Amino acid sequence: MNICVCVKQVPDSWAEKKLSSTDSTLDRASADRVVNELDEYAVEEALRIVEAHGGEVTILSMGPTEAADSIRKAISMGATAGIHVVDDALHGSDALATSLVLAKALEGRGFDLIIFGSESTDARMSVVPAMVAARLNLPQLTFANKVDVDGSAIKIQRVTDYGYDEVSATLPAVVSVVEKTNEPRYPSFKNIMAAKKAPMEALTLSDLGVDASTVGLGNAWSQVASFADRPAKPAGTIVTDDGTGAAHIEEFLVAQKFI
Amino acid sequence: MSEVLVLIEHSGSDVKKVSLELLAIAAGLGEPSAVVVGPGAGDCVAILGEHGAQTVYVADAADMVDYVVAPTAELLAQLVSEKSPTAVLIPSSAEGKEVAGRLAVATNSGVITDAVAVAADGTATQNVFGGATIVQSKVSSGTPIITIRTNSTAPFVTGGSATRVDVTVALSDVAKSAKVTNRVSVEKSGRPDLSEAAIVVSGGRGVGSDEGFATIIEPLADALGAAVGASRAATDAGWYPHQFQVGQTGKTVSPQLYIANGISGAIQHRAGMQTSKAVIVVNKDADAPIFDLADFGVVGDLNTVIPDLTARIKNRG
Ligand SMILES: Cc1cc2nc3c(=O)[nH]c(=O)nc-3n(C[C@H](O)[C@H](O)[C@H](O)COP(=O)(O)OP(=O)(O)OC[C@H]3O[C@@H](n4cnc5c(N)ncnc54)[C@H](O)[C@@H]3O)c2cc1C
Repeated sequence: MNICVCVKQVPDSWAEKKLSSTDSTLDRASADRVVNELDEYAVEEALRIVEAHGGEVTILSMGPTEAADSIRKAISMGATAGIHVVDDALHGSDALATSLVLAKALEGRGFDLIIFGSESTDARMSVVPAMVAARLNLPQLTFANKVDVDGSAIKIQRVTDYGYDEVSATLPAVVSVVEKTNEPRYPSFKNIMAAKKAPMEALTLSDLGVDASTVGLGNAWSQVASFADRPAKPAGTIVTDDGTGAAHIEEFLVAQKFI
Repeated sequence: MSEVLVLIEHSGSDVKKVSLELLAIAAGLGEPSAVVVGPGAGDCVAILGEHGAQTVYVADAADMVDYVVAPTAELLAQLVSEKSPTAVLIPSSAEGKEVAGRLAVATNSGVITDAVAVAADGTATQNVFGGATIVQSKVSSGTPIITIRTNSTAPFVTGGSATRVDVTVALSDVAKSAKVTNRVSVEKSGRPDLSEAAIVVSGGRGVGSDEGFATIIEPLADALGAAVGASRAATDAGWYPHQFQVGQTGKTVSPQLYIANGISGAIQHRAGMQTSKAVIVVNKDADAPIFDLADFGVVGDLNTVIPDLTARIKNRG
């Protein structure tokens, strides 16, 4: 079983995020960079599958030079190798361009399973896994909170508004996992050392045969016209409960016509 | 006037409120045409017409919902190429966004997700980074595909009637490659849907137990006709089911009123409720960051304040 996990380097979700005033892209310098937390669940799921069925896990990321750190971080959980698509022309790429580049990088490598985290904590669009599945013409098994692989058959529980759907398909397939799937492991010292020497393939757009004029900020399928901070909310009324707390809330609810 | 396609979310003949909101937004861009997929689709035609749809495309073949999202995306792609709509509007649910993503790939069009408004020229407004930043953007290539959050506008009754047009699509093999073999519903509470509710009563670690949700949070929600939400600390502890989690990796809600009980206000929680119109906070720690969002806050123990409040609301009858 050969599994590829796609990871994204994102600003730490604990930090306040900002858009850059020069080109309206995410200001990556303004916060610490970490592996998108949900992608750690994807790595964990991949490791559990190869531990049960044999095989190897490869980490793929598209991102600036520093994203290599995140690939090594993900490898240190127990993966074998990394692929890093890095090209200045990719700056500001939207989900369509990202999915195009990832699909090109995945194509023809014979992965049985491609696993994503179900969303990135910065862009929060949750569309890249579906787009990659569409581009590669593979079954889309997304929002999984449980994944079962048996030979070439795969079954997931797909989280829905009403509970979950059981979905089945035949490998190869694209999967995305939610945070309830598993508990990501901490890298062992041995794996941290191994990750430093793990093979890492760096690919440019021309290596992938992607025309630079189809990706990046200037060629995005949508453009940001303007952005502004939400106006700060005026401070509310805070009271300390002395037995009348509930009565005060009741007054507020009445004044605002909620009751 | 050119058509604006609106993908309808429904369960049988029960049309979700967000769909009617999208018809109201579509009316500002062109002529609203609803697209309804799956069993029961035909039963939605009348209500959609009353809310402004001129045409309702009905694709009620059973196999449209037997597979994960791809059939709906292929149907919309077919309608886009036949009708050349001004835009395609889709509810911003997890599933809606995936349909939008696949449709964008199929039609080589730009996609904007989680919009809260769309201007007549197609400029979409999004609240990003948990609502801290407001962005205006526009699709610059292909047919604009925009997913729109629930509660972004009010449904509008035009009292009109729609023309039903039955449509079929020949699904590709790949669209039929991820088969839904079973649908499992968790018990329905009878409370309003979390993402559509006008009032959300939420509980966090401070609620202390599943019993706390049952005896303190749910009774207040029921007295107010509200939905129940929970922080990740509460869902991780198993006190409340995951589908009620509010926040970055849960639901994003934008109700008229959000009542946060025993929730500290971590940035990942705020990301899911920051755009609520009014916020009430009950927390025993006066320094909890959630108080920054409060229109009204009580520093106190939820175990005494909330039952008292519930009793007061009930006494008003
Ligand atoms: C990748 C990632 C994604 C995440 N996604 C989400 C998400 O979607 N949603 C989410 O909620 N969190 C999310 N989190 C977790 C988030 O960081 C916080 O850990 C979580 O929101 C804390 O929940 P809480 O406020 O209930 O608990 P705590 O932070 O422990 O706060 C409990 C509060 O209850 C108060 N309290 C205790 N007892 C009482 C009492 N008797 N009466 C009144 N007040 C009392 C305390 O003063 C405290 O303020 C995510 C974290 C990460 C890393």
